[in-house]
Amino acid sequence: MASVTADKTLDTSGLNCPLPVLKTKKALEELQSGQVLEVISTDPGSKADIPAFCQRTGHELVETVEEGGKYIFYIKKK
Amino acid sequence: MATERLAIIATKGTLDWAYPPLILASTAASLGVETAIFFTFYGLNIIHKEKMKQLKIAPIGNPGMPMAFPPSVKKTPVAGQLAGLMEAIFPGPPQIMGIIPGMTDFMTAMMKKTMKDHGVASVEELIELCKEADVKLIPCQMTMELFDYKYEDLIDGLEPPGGAATFINYVLEADKPMIIFV
Repeated sequence: MASVTADKTLDTSGLNCPLPVLKTKKALEELQSGQVLEVISTDPGSKADIPAFCQRTGHELVETVEEGGKYIFYIKKK
Repeated sequence: MATERLAIIATKGTLDWAYPPLILASTAASLGVETAIFFTFYGLNIIHKEKMKQLKIAPIGNPGMPMAFPPSVKKTPVAGQLAGLMEAIFPGPPQIMGIIPGMTDFMTAMMKKTMKDHGVASVEELIELCKEADVKLIPCQMTMELFDYKYEDLIDGLEPPGGAATFINYVLEADKPMIIFV
């Protein structure tokens, strides 16, 4: 269980590279600065790609949870 | 902030080779990098209204191609067992099979199904995502004339046709330029 609460959830289950990153970017556009987006992904590549996306774009990756073949990321919009 | 530009040159007109430029461009743009793809030679087919729907993957001359049956086929009772047997015997489609008429279309259909089953976007979807992310899509003027492709034959939302100088200038205008050749 994650210790942060999300303002919005994006489920990219079943989608593969580069779709989880592209959809994350779009979903963040709809949030206000400081709000948290929860991204659910089944793509093992997103484990490295979502942190790389955050590093480049300046959004803060608050927490990453791995459970039952799913990767869940909590991203705070900058 | 210093401008970062990624310019990708897409020269191939097959289904598999259409993916790397489109994936890199859409992703780079979503990471905040100014991005352009220059479509030249067979790469023009990726943005051709009709030909983009007919991009193929050929087993012949492609020894790296795996014998990959779509997961949905593998789950079917008899066809799935046959597919498993084929995969166990052959690392890839034997080259000789590539010359059988219809083989390229068959392998293309299988690849498209496999991609769909794995949640990989279609070429059309990736082009739309590139456009949404403001990737500049530049058709090569010289190859358009060479192949007799009119600007109207190409998809909407492209930049005006350009040449080598336009492209090099676009790249070098940036503080941090990068070029990828596909």
